[in-house]
Amino acid sequence: MALPQAASPATASRPAPGAADHLRQRRRLLGWLGLGLLVGLLAGLVTGSAGFSLETLQSDLAGEQAWLILGEIRAPRTLGAALVGALLGLGGALAQGLFRNPLADPYLLGAAAGAGLAVVLVLAGATLGGLQLSLTAALWLERVGLVMAAFIGAVGGVTLTLLLARGALHTTRLLLSGVVLAVLLGALSDLVTVVSPDALRGKQAFMLGSTSFLGWSSVALMAAGLTMLLGLALRHARALDALTLGEDSAASLGLDLGRVRLLLVLLLSGATALAVSQAGLVAFVGLVAPHLVRRHAPGAHAWLLAASALMGAVLLLVADVISRALIAPQELPVGVVTAVLGGLYLCLLLNRRVRGG
Amino acid sequence: MTRFLLWWLLLIAQPTLAAGIQVTDDRGVTHRFAAPPQRIVSMLPSLTESVCALGGCARLVGVDRYSNWPASVEKLPRLGGLDDALIEGIAALRPEVVLASTSAQSLDRLDALGLKVLRLKSDSHADTRRTLGLLAELLGSPEQAAQVWAAVERDLAAAAARVPPALRGAKVYFEIGGGPYAAGRSSFIGETMTRLGLVNIVPAELGPFPKLNPEFVLRARPDVVMGVQHEAAAMAQRPGWAQLPALQQGRRCDLPTAQYEIMGRPGPRLGEAAGLLADCLQRVGTMAGAGR
Repeated sequence: MALPQAASPATASRPAPGAADHLRQRRRLLGWLGLGLLVGLLAGLVTGSAGFSLETLQSDLAGEQAWLILGEIRAPRTLGAALVGALLGLGGALAQGLFRNPLADPYLLGAAAGAGLAVVLVLAGATLGGLQLSLTAALWLERVGLVMAAFIGAVGGVTLTLLLARGALHTTRLLLSGVVLAVLLGALSDLVTVVSPDALRGKQAFMLGSTSFLGWSSVALMAAGLTMLLGLALRHARALDALTLGEDSAASLGLDLGRVRLLLVLLLSGATALAVSQAGLVAFVGLVAPHLVRRHAPGAHAWLLAASALMGAVLLLVADVISRALIAPQELPVGVVTAVLGGLYLCLLLNRRVRGG
Repeated sequence: MTRFLLWWLLLIAQPTLAAGIQVTDDRGVTHRFAAPPQRIVSMLPSLTESVCALGGCARLVGVDRYSNWPASVEKLPRLGGLDDALIEGIAALRPEVVLASTSAQSLDRLDALGLKVLRLKSDSHADTRRTLGLLAELLGSPEQAAQVWAAVERDLAAAAARVPPALRGAKVYFEIGGGPYAAGRSSFIGETMTRLGLVNIVPAELGPFPKLNPEFVLRARPDVVMGVQHEAAAMAQRPGWAQLPALQQGRRCDLPTAQYEIMGRPGPRLGEAAGLLADCLQRVGTMAGAGR
């Protein structure tokens, strides 16, 4: 799938032909995304256990539980969905830039598999019959909680990948290590669910993603994390631009490939671990968000990273509202909605490319 | 050759004339047995329990990974789960019949090997009763079923009678796992709750185990919250859930894993499960009335 690659950065001194066009495209996309974010946040506030309903919102606001329902549950989970999406969008843009591959996604480096295993271990906890966990270990596992476990697991997964690949110098080796580890850790968590079937339902909920229990503390944590990670990523956006020219060119520009790549991997895994620990393995947002940005407004990586984060936020917001509204008061797992939307988009794209040549 | 085959086909298509046992499972397949089977494999804990309650424990030659009651089955060969059954291990035991659920896909191989697989549905109290009757027929002691079911009914009635008057008609939320997934009125657990005179906050039209919007639970303001013990601490930490009156006043049933397991097993311990809920409601009863 030859998808549009990021354009090489236009140097400020001599604007490339079409630079003005690109600027206009970027402004237009930014406008749309801003509007999408606003509409998504409002729709998220209006969508509750009665589905998308303005009357219910009015009676809610008048009711005695107004703050509880709107302030404690609906507002933070809506904002939280946007932040998870932003983290995944940022992670996706970093991954695709780092691997120079439009099909890379933030879960590639073992973060997802590591988080999955950790979550299953905690869920199985004391009921790991047959494995005879000591009581202290079981108690400790239960106390750690799922969020912390998922975060530690995601970071652990990436660390193992880095160790296996002996650092981040060779992207192919890094990718292979990530795939191998994902298989191994995935097999381990399957083994745990066989031993302890109680963990299955919780594992499924984690695998399909959910924004149900995002509270203000999660929102604060993710907002702080996103600010820090995006800031750091933007400072190293030039390195990603240099990388698109090829490794030799990047090295000749005086880039310390090993160090820069390692830093980018750490940023990518930080963003992924944070998102995954709060909302589970939401599919496709990290893959599709950078695509959409490149397709409608290509540009240098500084732009790509920031716009992908914004795009991810809008995508997950929309998916979250759909997942809450479609069969209210029941919910669809938000990852299922993102997978359907993302899959349809990629099908459309592929179809167009095949026919359009 | 063809003629020989035809004769042969005609021969095996003949209905058995012997006064044997004939049972039809929930997939509509009719199995015939010349005599009550003496070698039985059960691939579902609730069916294992049912066979034992009907006095057939000694005829079990193997059980699935999760069967753990009565204690005597712990010594039997373990044959995996419904989705990853040890086909070879089952075949090696030469069972005359294999008991499984209607959803078991991995056991289709056993049909091809010529084993008789009885596939039974157990989603409701009615299913449990019907299955007990069918298994009693199979074991050659049809009169046993009525006795076992009568005991279940006795336990159910006793449990319902033990629910404190203040909690009759109480709104209850029964959580199945994080998510939040709930046991709806149409689920097996939901039926038990109804028998105890409780009102499930999850209406039947949402299906047996819906994944709910957490707002739904907060709006419903259940009088009692039930679930598995190791999820209890996490529940109060969810955004806004600390405001639930039931959690604030400790009107909750946190079932230890062993008890929680009994809740979801459509077998002869169904009345016992209701009794466990009644025990908890008696503990909660003293605090009822508030938050209604």
